[in-house]
Amino acid sequence: MCNRHRNLLICNDMPPTNQEKPHPSGDNRFKLLDRAITRHQSRGDALIEVLHVAQGIFGFLDNDLLIYVARSLKLPLSRVYGVATFYHFFTLKPQGNHTFVLCTGTACYVKGASGIQKAVEHHCGVRFGQTTADNQISLVSARCVGSCGRAPVAVLDDAVAGKLTPESAVEKIGEWQQVPGEAAA
Amino acid sequence: MTVEELREVAEKETARQAEYRHRITCCSAAGCASCGGTAVHDALAKAIKARNLEKEVELAGTGCMGLCGEGPLVRIAGDGTLYQRVDAAVAERIIEEHIAQGKKVEENLVDTSDPFFSSQVKIVLENCGSTDSEKIDDYIAAGGYEALAKAVTEMQPAEVVEEVRKSGLRGRGGAGYPTGLKWGIVRKAQGEQKYVVCNADEGDPGAFMDRSVLEGDPHRVLEGMAIGGYATGASQGFIYVRAEYPLAIERLRLAIKQAERAGLLGNRIFDSQFNFRIDIRIGAGAFVCGEETALIRSIEGKRGRPRPRPPYPSEKGLWGAPTLINNVETFANIAPIIRKGSGWFAAIGTPKSAGTKVFALAGKIRNTGLIEVPMGIPLRRIIFDIGGGTPEGTTFKAAQTGGPSGGCIPAESLDLPVDYESLATVGSIMGSGGLIVMDSTSNMVDVAKYFMDFCVDESCGKCVPCRVGTVHIHGLLEKISEGRGTTDDLALLEELCQMVKDTSLCGLGQSAPNPVLSTLRFFRHEYTELLHAPEGYVPAGTANEKSTTQ
Amino acid sequence: MAILTLTINGEHVSGKDDESLLAIAQQHGIRIPTLCHLDGLSDVGACRLCLVEIEGSPKLFPACTTRPQEGMAVSTDTERLRRYRRIIIEFLASEGNHQCAVCVVNNHCELQNLSYETRLTHVSVPYLYPKKELDASHENFIIDRNRCILCTRCVRVCHEVEGAHTWDIAGRGIACEIISDLNQPWGTSESCTSCGKCVLVCPTGALIEKGEAVAEMEKKTDFLRYIVNARRKREWVNVDSDEE
Repeated sequence: MCNRHRNLLICNDMPPTNQEKPHPSGDNRFKLLDRAITRHQSRGDALIEVLHVAQGIFGFLDNDLLIYVARSLKLPLSRVYGVATFYHFFTLKPQGNHTFVLCTGTACYVKGASGIQKAVEHHCGVRFGQTTADNQISLVSARCVGSCGRAPVAVLDDAVAGKLTPESAVEKIGEWQQVPGEAAA
Repeated sequence: MTVEELREVAEKETARQAEYRHRITCCSAAGCASCGGTAVHDALAKAIKARNLEKEVELAGTGCMGLCGEGPLVRIAGDGTLYQRVDAAVAERIIEEHIAQGKKVEENLVDTSDPFFSSQVKIVLENCGSTDSEKIDDYIAAGGYEALAKAVTEMQPAEVVEEVRKSGLRGRGGAGYPTGLKWGIVRKAQGEQKYVVCNADEGDPGAFMDRSVLEGDPHRVLEGMAIGGYATGASQGFIYVRAEYPLAIERLRLAIKQAERAGLLGNRIFDSQFNFRIDIRIGAGAFVCGEETALIRSIEGKRGRPRPRPPYPSEKGLWGAPTLINNVETFANIAPIIRKGSGWFAAIGTPKSAGTKVFALAGKIRNTGLIEVPMGIPLRRIIFDIGGGTPEGTTFKAAQTGGPSGGCIPAESLDLPVDYESLATVGSIMGSGGLIVMDSTSNMVDVAKYFMDFCVDESCGKCVPCRVGTVHIHGLLEKISEGRGTTDDLALLEELCQMVKDTSLCGLGQSAPNPVLSTLRFFRHEYTELLHAPEGYVPAGTANEKSTTQ
Repeated sequence: MAILTLTINGEHVSGKDDESLLAIAQQHGIRIPTLCHLDGLSDVGACRLCLVEIEGSPKLFPACTTRPQEGMAVSTDTERLRRYRRIIIEFLASEGNHQCAVCVVNNHCELQNLSYETRLTHVSVPYLYPKKELDASHENFIIDRNRCILCTRCVRVCHEVEGAHTWDIAGRGIACEIISDLNQPWGTSESCTSCGKCVLVCPTGALIEKGEAVAEMEKKTDFLRYIVNARRKREWVNVDSDEE
């Protein structure tokens, strides 16, 4: 998984070399997106694949990006918006520098994930699904990350942490807050 | 590649492995990776190198070895020694003491004679723990792609379908539809283009069987799909896998590339007229996409909303073409069936539910992890022999199967054999294989509320009963669990559950009330105790002692 | 195509094998309540009002998407179906903010008519009172999401008949909403042709014309029949020759 982009897909689409011409928009990241679109022959049924790549590159899907994807795949705007909001993996808002993904699967639930949820929300002052005001930490809940054997589990910037307690979860978030802006691996 | 070439690869790989004195396999699945498995692998490699043992010891990353709660796990192939909770220091000792001096590291030994291991029968997971998940040659050396070779070069498509039918294999995704029957329908369906889809959108919270298979033995799934393609006349396959499983996606990508390079996927497979390609489609976080018509929509790049069936995907699926949809575990069973014959498979399990089932054991149980057991095994043996029972000081209360679509099985039904029909008699389902154990500290009304909350969140919103009904059922459960409920509320709850079950469009809505209905059936007193609850009442499971009685 | 015979509520009827049970019932004057269905649009089976019982199956089937079979015995009006239909209307009533007395389609509303038909006297589930937006940015029309029941007729007519695909659904579950383009004010939509078909097919007061007073607006959906019929017969293929 690519740490910088918080997405696994981007690793197949690494940045273009310097010799190539810049993208007309001036933002070379669109070249990466174009490449994914070309790979799918601009087919409308590749919408979800293309949105994955777009979010991987840009971090989130803003309106301009959705319009760009819609035009490239020749799809109605409302359909692109509808798909982007149906799937919880896609986000239309920028995420914080760090993400804390709490697993709320059954095994984690049975082993006390709700206690962690409360403690973390209390510590950060925002609810799950939100980002702190300083844009440092996004709290996200996931339906099951599949590490049930180590429940309760959270994914902190792509690193899975198991057998958490409310205290240890808050402590780990605290580590982010001590070194603002520094990405913890 | 020809059949002869396949055998050559197998022989060469076997000979290559025989040159080593030891083979160490280190779990490289997500369960162990999440607790430092990668570091252990590196430490082992470093220790081997430091002692110049590279020519004598082979190190391989392998699939899930089952005991996920005690990871990272490391296995020494020759004598079958298994080590648990390995870290860099222990890894060093394994090489120094076990490999170099022949002295086992006692502190981290796992007792492999424990019923956790001896009660299991491995078909789907047969390679997990022994072969390298990232090497196609290793899979071939273990008999991989032999079944595909046999099907393509020695059997007619109809014979393949018949073999699968006779094996008695049923869909492992939950409903248990006979796999051979489904294959037969797709084979007979009219259409120039047909598709094979592998449903790897394992959405049940608390289930990780499919992920483990994909991570540990991805070629087995590809082989099963290719055989499915040959039997049904499809030339294109899709694997729809959750975005939450990055490692599984990575391994699948690699496996597809390897299989294509070896000519085991692509055109003219085994010099026949059979062409078959597989593409990956990545889900984006919608539980409902496990429902087959919604999954089809999602592959087509649309909102994953189900549509009424019939027509079934076997007749009208992806882009209107006949489509075979099976889940990961179903496809993983195909190769052994073709290789060893339907009779061998049908003899395992029970007459109506043949073969084995993989379960993900989690919750309030000592041995959490991945197990594979023959169908028909009593639930008691799974939970107490294999799972080791509930943790110290608590007693078993219920086992939950089938996730948000399933039900809770109470202690009095512990002797129930685990097969499709028996689980249905107690209002649960086999489901995809998540098995969550709850002990005396679990409050069943809260459990029902937890699952209903899940369904509210995951409802696609297309049909009225599921979209609105789940919200109201959740509201009633909340009211009751907070002690504000009345007997009228309980009656309304039951009526709405029945209504949503009967009238919803797809399986998600139709089964959403199951956790409520099953807890009402076996733990009704926990609901009634909460009605008109007096001030200061402590609900069951939230304290060691109940402060009041009914 | 074959003609099949079956029974609906004990009555012997015949129908084509490519027709829906709903169409066959309607041809024989048997009323089955519907909401998301509209002649001329594709069927989605979403409102679940047209569910019927078929002998030999414990399951219920949506009449709009179920095809007949020879000898099928269909029941459309059992005690269970009537009860379930009433609950569906209750669900719809609780889900939005429906105030009939101040609605421009009062007395011409399909949801209102169905609540009379199902003898709904009170709503037994709590009202959810969602916060929904009213959008009056379009020159001629208004969308009031408080009165939307998510039947998706507007989405389908815009896509299937007008071909503009201005409308779609955003979000999921109880948070689903009808949106135009990128969830932007309708008046700023670039794809909308202002044809007004969505307004005409809307069964409630969610999509209305501007300038209508309370209880004034009646929706007419006959136009769909002509368009769909003409398209099916390809009457527009040689449009030029008709223009002289």
